[in-house]
Amino acid sequence: MKPAPFDYYAPTSVEEALDKLTELGYSGKVLAGGQSLIPAMNFRMARPTALVDLNKVKELSYIKPTADGGLAIGTMTRDSVVEEDIMVNERYPILVKTIKHIAHKQIRNRGTFGGAIAHADPAAQLPAAALLLDANFKILSKAGERWVKATDFFIGPFMTVLEPEEMLAEVVLPPMPANTGASYQQVSRQKGGYAQAAVISTVTMDGSGKVKEARVALFSVGESALLASKPNQVLAGQVPTAEAIEEVAAYVAKNECDPGTDIHGTEEYRRNLVHVLVRRALTDAVQQAKK
Amino acid sequence: MTESTISKSYKRNEDPRLLTGNGNYIDDIEIPGMLHVAIKRSDYAHAKINKIDTEEAKKMPGVVAVYTAEDLGDYWRPGPLQVPPPTVIKGSIFHARPLECIAKNKIRFSGEPVAVVVAESRYIAEDALDYIYLDIEPLEYVGDLEKSLDPGAPLIHEDLESNLSADVRQEVGSWEKAVAEADLVVKKRIVTKHVAGGAIENRGIVIQWDDSFKVLNVWATTQGPVPMRNSIAKYLGLMENQVRVMNPDIGGGFGPKIMSSQIDDVVIPWIAMKLKKPIKWVEDRRENFLGTTSERDQVHYAEIALKKDGTILGVKDEFYHNTGAYNPYGMTVPLNTQTHVISNYNIPNYFTRIIMVFTNQMVVTPVRGAGRSHGIFVMERLLDAAAKELGMDPIEIRRKNILPPESMPFRTGVIGQDFVESVLDSGDYPGALEKTLEAIEYEKFKKEIQPKLRAEGKHKGIGVIMFTEGTAVGPYEGAKVMVGVTGKVNVVCAYSNQGQGHYTTFAQVAANQLGVDIKDIEVVIGDTGQWQWGVGAFASRGMTLVGTAIHNAAVKVREKALNLASKILETPKEELELADGVVRIADLPEKFISLGELAMRANPTRGTVEEGMEPGLEAASYYGPPHGATGYGCLGLILDVDPETAKVKIERLVIADDCGTNINPMIVDGQIHGGLQMGIGEAFYENLVYDDYGQLVTASFMDYLFPQATDMPAKFEIKHIVTPSPLNPLGIKGIGEAGAICVPACFMQALEDAFEGMDLDITDSFMSPGKLYHYVQKAKGA
Ligand SMILES: Cc1cc2nc3c(=O)[nH]c(=O)nc-3n(C[C@H](O)[C@H](O)[C@H](O)COP(=O)(O)OP(=O)(O)OC[C@H]3O[C@@H](n4cnc5c(N)ncnc54)[C@H](O)[C@@H]3O)c2cc1C
Repeated sequence: MKPAPFDYYAPTSVEEALDKLTELGYSGKVLAGGQSLIPAMNFRMARPTALVDLNKVKELSYIKPTADGGLAIGTMTRDSVVEEDIMVNERYPILVKTIKHIAHKQIRNRGTFGGAIAHADPAAQLPAAALLLDANFKILSKAGERWVKATDFFIGPFMTVLEPEEMLAEVVLPPMPANTGASYQQVSRQKGGYAQAAVISTVTMDGSGKVKEARVALFSVGESALLASKPNQVLAGQVPTAEAIEEVAAYVAKNECDPGTDIHGTEEYRRNLVHVLVRRALTDAVQQAKK
Repeated sequence: MTESTISKSYKRNEDPRLLTGNGNYIDDIEIPGMLHVAIKRSDYAHAKINKIDTEEAKKMPGVVAVYTAEDLGDYWRPGPLQVPPPTVIKGSIFHARPLECIAKNKIRFSGEPVAVVVAESRYIAEDALDYIYLDIEPLEYVGDLEKSLDPGAPLIHEDLESNLSADVRQEVGSWEKAVAEADLVVKKRIVTKHVAGGAIENRGIVIQWDDSFKVLNVWATTQGPVPMRNSIAKYLGLMENQVRVMNPDIGGGFGPKIMSSQIDDVVIPWIAMKLKKPIKWVEDRRENFLGTTSERDQVHYAEIALKKDGTILGVKDEFYHNTGAYNPYGMTVPLNTQTHVISNYNIPNYFTRIIMVFTNQMVVTPVRGAGRSHGIFVMERLLDAAAKELGMDPIEIRRKNILPPESMPFRTGVIGQDFVESVLDSGDYPGALEKTLEAIEYEKFKKEIQPKLRAEGKHKGIGVIMFTEGTAVGPYEGAKVMVGVTGKVNVVCAYSNQGQGHYTTFAQVAANQLGVDIKDIEVVIGDTGQWQWGVGAFASRGMTLVGTAIHNAAVKVREKALNLASKILETPKEELELADGVVRIADLPEKFISLGELAMRANPTRGTVEEGMEPGLEAASYYGPPHGATGYGCLGLILDVDPETAKVKIERLVIADDCGTNINPMIVDGQIHGGLQMGIGEAFYENLVYDDYGQLVTASFMDYLFPQATDMPAKFEIKHIVTPSPLNPLGIKGIGEAGAICVPACFMQALEDAFEGMDLDITDSFMSPGKLYHYVQKAKGA
């Protein structure tokens, strides 16, 4: 299980990295934490002709507060650094909870926040979290910078709008509205294993017992991470009764996801999981918001 | 007297070295000029080979040689047949088709080797695999073990009339009579699922042909160094002393490493001799999944005949056993199944039939329990089904039929894997059952706790099952014990160690006779250059067979030391004692002679010796039991099921086990822990899945779920019962497979109990949440 031959470059600045990516075009590939790319290369499923390793580009690793109360996270920030960061813990406890479900500590020590997003694995946590939190991505190339919203970024399994000469540089999270509760629900076969179905949800209450906004992100149950629309359509402006939540959960399971049958479970079973998990996530998020 | 070193939990002698990263595993071995091998494996499960074109691969820079079956010329041959079939069972059919090592005219499973590349690095060798082209004609895949015998099914071995590999029937009493007298006969189709070995370290081999001394040095992860040495010598036309097989540290075995008829053992040594260069091959995980060995795939048509009161009159079990594409390991696995179906209970009439079939899948050889788990699963599921029909509590039906202690030794009348009748040597089976019931608070759970949980809509279930573990089978093992001139002791055997703790337990046995600190005993395992005789690590036989041989040898050495000391100290033997590394006069401890000094004197270099004298404080001994020693136990589980997601949590796990004398109770517990982890894997996580074309879908740990530490219950509650085996002086029975063979049966009983009132009727040894969900839906009538 050894990779096919490849060229290797280790730039030390963003500028140098972008030069290299432009020069290599389709033959180049960014290496971040390597926790997905290297196994794929060892299996020879991925055979990039050249790697541009960002591990020496120190300027891509940071967590900074933004003026509006959000956070900006550099793409090379390790998952475990995000997980343990005080600001992240204060402002986005749901993100911390989500990251803790990614694999095991050893992998989070290497895997990067931006790498997981750029990788766009439909079974991965962070693309879904980015959708849920309405993240904005800074994308750099030699030609300049562009910004893409999470909702426009993922286009399919392991596919994003990134061009070969581009890199994801920064993820900006807008501030969490007040009176927001959140919940993480996942069924996986094993601790640290990929989910058979998973739901992350936030519910913002309006102060009078009604829902202001309900967001439900799903992953591992479709071609990419998904943001369900029904929950907000039904619940916004309403008192989140158990019946209303149940209705939403049943609808999402039936119409807003697309889990297939695999060796671990049938489509029927996994839709059932979505149903149960959406119900549990919304119920829990409402509870949290009331606290 | 010196203090006994038996039944004490010494910390392991080997651990400081291993835990500080100073182990020396196969891939750590580097020899200057060493070449590396990669194996081209078939992507097809069944195909005719027209041509294999290696020309382009051979031309790649860094590639030294490429071999196909054709290139092996006269050397190519199938085999060896590692385990012959038992001739004692009359009327048996067995069509021996040992492994081909490297496919010649035909490919019989996906992953089968078709070519070998030797290159300057493993990277280059793997690159070259892409440039080997196969011209083949795909044939229809045979994967279903029942359909494999259909008339017109494609033949895997065309020289046979069908895909039947073996047909073996055994009968004790008369099943017909049991049926005639029965009030009730319950029938079930019971399926056991396919699992991998899953050792943390895969197979590997390093070979160096020393052309000046004409010696082939072989470092291998084999579980059986002596048989491997013998077969390499035979194949290459060398004397045994020209082939030295050595075990480095080994990261787990669990069966697949006992195979010595695979490409690494047969073809790579030939290449190393031909090229006169050291060669290394280390199997990668994907190869291990695809091409090594696995087991458990059986379909049973089982019946149990009973009286109304639950008394068993008889059992009938006809089962299909998947041996994969070849049958190099004979009948070991299904024979174990036959003996383990009936071994806890009084079953006067038993008919059992193995229908062993060839399929286009990887070869089946013993893996983690070798057929035992299947037999236990069948019997325990039958009992649960019968209890349900009779309206009895599952425990009551077991109490009614369990073998009492007075029945020991119990002759089962069934021939086992060691080709002799399986005899249950000793034990208190009801004691194990009651101990488990008490520890898990069965009555309280059923009567008080469960009704309350039910009322709250919670689904917790309890299961309690019995098992036996046939262990310590023959033919024999041997060992040599020698006191060195420093007073330290060498224990040498050609067994094989994969982590069982032999460096400690073997030392304890020798220390017990020789009065030295166990840290002063150096155990050498698995080096045919140091000790020639033995069989190998399988069937939980190391402690019993090698341990007994060491004990017997150490008794002889002790005698030698006392006799010599008696002369030197001019004191009768009876007045001497052996302790703290010296022989001293018991009443006059300041008069002593050290063992090291005695060892010097036992090897005089001038003068004369008495007739019949044997030099050195050294002795060898061999031990072979008349039949295996049988461990047994009882497992209890409480499972907590989320009825909406079908997720299962193990809330409690209690096991009572009897492996006779525990040489080192801590190590016994460790063996049970490791086994249970694999048993839990078998029941709930692990499953090898082939698709409709014979491609293994679960060829990595991404898809093949191996149980992790985080999947284990918070605690394994272990209760020991010690009934020494009457078969050997220390009273030992094996323990290695206990935990690995008992979980599925208990797991399914507990799941059914968690949904009491719904007839889940689980007859399958593997249950994922995804499957359980459908069982529940079906029982609900949804
Ligand atoms: C055993 C194991 C278990 C795992 N379990 C989980 C899990 O449960 N959940 C989960 O979400 N993940 C899991 N992972 C994956 C892990 O989280 C990955 O590391 C992560 O998804 C990718 O991040 P990385 O930094 O390792 O990226 P890499 O592997 O280095 O790169 C992944 C891909 O993204 C591209 N890329 C990376 N960074 C950039 C960038 N800045 N710009 C453009 N392209 C870029 C690379 O070119 C490559 O194609 C697991 C991994 C392992 C080994």
